[in-house]
Amino acid sequence: MHQRPSILARTWTTPVILIAILLAVALAAVAVSTGPFNQTVIEIFIRVVLVVGLYVFIGNSGVISFGHIGFTCLGAYMTAWLTMLPAIKKSKLKGLPDIILNAKLQYGWGLLAAAVFAAVCAYVIGKVLMRLSGIAASIASFAVLAVIIQVYSNWDSVTGAQSSVVGIPIIRTIWPYFACAVIVVVVAYFYSISRSGLALRAARDEATAAAASGVDIPRERLIAFVISGAMMGLGGALFAHSVGVVTPDTFYLGLTFITLSMLVVGGMNSLSGAVLGVVVLSTIIQVLRWFEKGIDVGGTVLTIPNGVQEIAIGIVMIVILMFRPTGMTRNRELVWPGKKLSAEAGAMPSSADGKTAKT
Amino acid sequence: MTAILQILFDALSLGSLYALGALGIALIFGVMRLVNFAHGDYIAFCVFALLWPSIDAAAIVFAGNLPTFLLIPLILGIGAGLSVLSEILIFRRFRNANPATMMIASFALGFIIKYFLLMLYSSRPKSIDLWSNLSQQIEIFGARIPPLQVITICTTIVILIALTAFLKRTRFGLEMRAAAENFTMARMLGVRANRVIMLAFAISGMLAAAVGLILVTQTGTVDINMGANLMLVAFVATVIGGLGSLPGAVVAGFLIGGLSSLMQAYLPADARPFRDAFVYGAVIVMLIWRPNGLFSSKAVKQRV
Repeated sequence: MHQRPSILARTWTTPVILIAILLAVALAAVAVSTGPFNQTVIEIFIRVVLVVGLYVFIGNSGVISFGHIGFTCLGAYMTAWLTMLPAIKKSKLKGLPDIILNAKLQYGWGLLAAAVFAAVCAYVIGKVLMRLSGIAASIASFAVLAVIIQVYSNWDSVTGAQSSVVGIPIIRTIWPYFACAVIVVVVAYFYSISRSGLALRAARDEATAAAASGVDIPRERLIAFVISGAMMGLGGALFAHSVGVVTPDTFYLGLTFITLSMLVVGGMNSLSGAVLGVVVLSTIIQVLRWFEKGIDVGGTVLTIPNGVQEIAIGIVMIVILMFRPTGMTRNRELVWPGKKLSAEAGAMPSSADGKTAKT
Repeated sequence: MTAILQILFDALSLGSLYALGALGIALIFGVMRLVNFAHGDYIAFCVFALLWPSIDAAAIVFAGNLPTFLLIPLILGIGAGLSVLSEILIFRRFRNANPATMMIASFALGFIIKYFLLMLYSSRPKSIDLWSNLSQQIEIFGARIPPLQVITICTTIVILIALTAFLKRTRFGLEMRAAAENFTMARMLGVRANRVIMLAFAISGMLAAAVGLILVTQTGTVDINMGANLMLVAFVATVIGGLGSLPGAVVAGFLIGGLSSLMQAYLPADARPFRDAFVYGAVIVMLIWRPNGLFSSKAVKQRV
């Protein structure tokens, strides 16, 4: 009897292509090798981690979550607590337990601890939240975000309340960020072809049939929630190490909006959509940022006022939702054979957009 | 006794604000299953309309200096106009989209409005003096209460009665209730979909404007984020009340207001900054107990 090739054999090119795209971005940074551009590329990798984290839950389960940035906040503060100099902690964050207060770990341990801590919190919160579904779940996740941010912006002795926590060791090379982005993409890929991921997507597309076929929907959702929580925590920790400063306000609606719009523009239900969305929107944001700073065009400096960046992203998002609610990738994954958009997509991410449209 | 009266007034006036906010969200959800994340930004927009046409960094009140009988209809009209405009320009194109898509679109719209305000007025809060004499406290039975609280409560009661009368006694109200119950069936029986939806948006926008006016009188500041917190509470209230249920939204708004005021009064001082966290915690506990809310309507029940 003819056997269908396994799902791994049919889809393994997707993560390879995505990693190639990320590698191309990294090599571009090495080639240009200026400080600001380096920082931009680091930002892109962090956003890849965050948006792929969002994809693992939102894309596979179909439940929109507005609360994931809360886990990012948890992760960022976790690594800050573990990796800062004990002297600074003793003067600013007196309320920490002694074992953390005296610790001075390498950033690798900070990242790991951030992911684990966020995953544990996601498990506890998810246990409660996954009983809800649809719109009620989205709004409850929003409430979770508000609770986390409120606790962190008032708990003076542990988080320094609204004032920023400074003195987190800064990592300036791009490779740790690149490595984390690759790990996250690979984990997300293996999750989505795993038994649990397939069951969850079945439940997303046809809840009744999935439940009748023995899929325990809350359980599968919880698994996705914990994995994505860990990724969000990792992303938060990377963020903390990239700028060296954290405040609770950083992790509120602004970041939620940016990451969610990247996922929507790319295509909510595909991993390729998550990565491409980040690359394309980051490019737009970067261009608008240059304009906000002022750009020299034929002797006159052209500047656009602050806020245009967000307005432009908002408009892009609405237009995409109106005319192409499945995003740039139409919710499909990039694959090697047959489709033309693979090799060049790596070199010129922004042109992948037009090519996807044709296929 | 005095303390209890004080808490009662606090609870009722805070609850009124939440109830008005929740009502604005529940109305639109009822007719088109849209969770309108831009509602908080409608509130902020209406408040900033007080500064028109000045866009100076210092708050120069212009429209806000109009006599009251002109000012209130003007602001309500701006709220309704903005809300209807967003329906015509954006939400009309999402008639056949699923609720999650519409929700994200409204989230994006909220950001556009917010950053539009930021672009014009910068993100610094400005102080503004609107009816500030209403915040001077007067004594009622030994409790010191600002007249604004009394006015807030009375306004809310009037709005609720008027809205109930509108929904129960007029043809438009009947159409709206029918549309909320079963939109397809209502259309087949001759209800004009666009008109009903636009009406719901107009009323919702006016409610946002009313909330904005009360907020700005209470706090004396205008801030681009002023609607965000209230919107969150209003969302939670609509979920607790049962999505799509108008009485549920109002009752839940008052419940959350009451709970917040009680916690403000009786929590130990150390825990007081975390008041809202406790409130949301209580909400989540309640949702486990009744996942469909207190007054769940038939239309939104999950069939699995």
